[in-house]
Amino acid sequence: MSASHSVVLVYTVAHAIRIERLLAARGAACRLIPVPRHLSSDCGVCVRIDRADTPLARRVIAEAGLDIEGIAELR
Amino acid sequence: MTPLAGRVLYLDNAATSWPKPPGVAEAMTAFLADVGANPGRSGHRRAVEAARLVFDAREGIAELVGASDPLRVVFGANATEALNLALVGLLRPGDRVLCSSMEHNAVMRPLRALEQRGVGVDVVACSSTGELAVADVEAAMRPRTRVIVLTHASNVTGTILPVAAVGRLARDRGLLFCVDAAQTAGAVPIDVVADGIDLLAFTGHKGLLGPMGTGGLVLGDRVDPATLPPLKRGGTGSRSSEELQPDFLPDKYEAGTPNVVGLAGLAAAVRWVLDRGVADVRRHEIALTRRLLTGLAGIEGVTVHGPGDAERQTATVSFTLAGRDPAEVGLLLEEEHDVLCRVGLHCAPAAHRTLGTFPSGTIRFAPGVFTTAEDVDRAVAAVRSIAGGTR
Ligand SMILES: Cc1ncc(COP(=O)(O)O)c(C=O)c1O
Repeated sequence: MSASHSVVLVYTVAHAIRIERLLAARGAACRLIPVPRHLSSDCGVCVRIDRADTPLARRVIAEAGLDIEGIAELR
Repeated sequence: MTPLAGRVLYLDNAATSWPKPPGVAEAMTAFLADVGANPGRSGHRRAVEAARLVFDAREGIAELVGASDPLRVVFGANATEALNLALVGLLRPGDRVLCSSMEHNAVMRPLRALEQRGVGVDVVACSSTGELAVADVEAAMRPRTRVIVLTHASNVTGTILPVAAVGRLARDRGLLFCVDAAQTAGAVPIDVVADGIDLLAFTGHKGLLGPMGTGGLVLGDRVDPATLPPLKRGGTGSRSSEELQPDFLPDKYEAGTPNVVGLAGLAAAVRWVLDRGVADVRRHEIALTRRLLTGLAGIEGVTVHGPGDAERQTATVSFTLAGRDPAEVGLLLEEEHDVLCRVGLHCAPAAHRTLGTFPSGTIRFAPGVFTTAEDVDRAVAAVRSIAGGTR
């Protein structure tokens, strides 16, 4: 399952929820999950997305003017 | 019903609204009973649920005031804290700030304190009904004027100030425009973009119909957070490895565990207001105000202070009774008629000086969205009986 997912690493949980809701509004499935231990993040949660939705996620994040830590593939 | 509810007629909605809409107390109880976690401090599902409740409140406020980015809604304890954040953060020694003579002490006291630190404060006089002429604002501008701060509506007379026109003026002159929406958010339509508002301070417990201890500041696009320092610094759950306050929104301005109980209630309250529609709330309150003004006008010895026109004010109506001390009238209203209102200076001495009602103040009736026409008639009858006659 994980191999088909990526996570958006954010600076604060409010950004995670903002991204989750913007993606949901565009019909993309995503979920807030605790940050996997091997990835660093501050706020404890990240947004798990289908890897195929990565370009959409980047677009949504850019449109919202959000700074993120990055997008990492889950393996 | 609690024993205090009784047949009391609550006409003090300008101080804080009561009752609250269905769903507000329930949302607060549900948070305490079933969620209870600290948002943003942990990654578990309860913490995320708490963060979602806070975000719901952010989205609700953004929608209500026409702000496109909910992350630019920053929460704090009330409008007072938001106004302090805005004014103390923006104004430096040598800057000048413009305000009206109808401001609440939540604006005047921070400004007078800043004045002692070298900020120039120009107070534009309003008319004896509390109305502000945009030309007078323009005439009062000076080269060092940096910010205009205005109450959207007076908490004493309900007078609505011309924020959209002043917003345009501020924009034309490159000034920042800060609006104190304590008396109007939820009761009078607000559109931060159309009205040219750069910083909108709101409080959750009045027209937004939420609990006390909630409020905040909506930051427009022209406000660069890098130029607005926070009032307080501390834990945010984010950037925990760093000892400097985060520079991103909303965390920059939200140090410390937020009032999630209150914000859960606020989210439910704002949802109720959005579902009903601010325009509909406004229609109801205009009708009540018209009825109240007409009723009071028929009583010998009553002077209404303010525009006397329901369209030009909120549902807050201030009046005096000839030869009677407002404090005495307030006591009679409560003891003989179970009408609860607020008398005196209403934390706004500047406004009462403008109206000519300083220092004894006025009697203030503030119906709200749950007040009925019959309630207004009962209040008018109470005043008539205290005044002892009909005009
Ligand atoms: C016009 C105005 N500004 C600011 C405030 C301050 O609101 P709060 O006490 O919720 O901070 C109030 C209410 O008391 C008000 O009426």
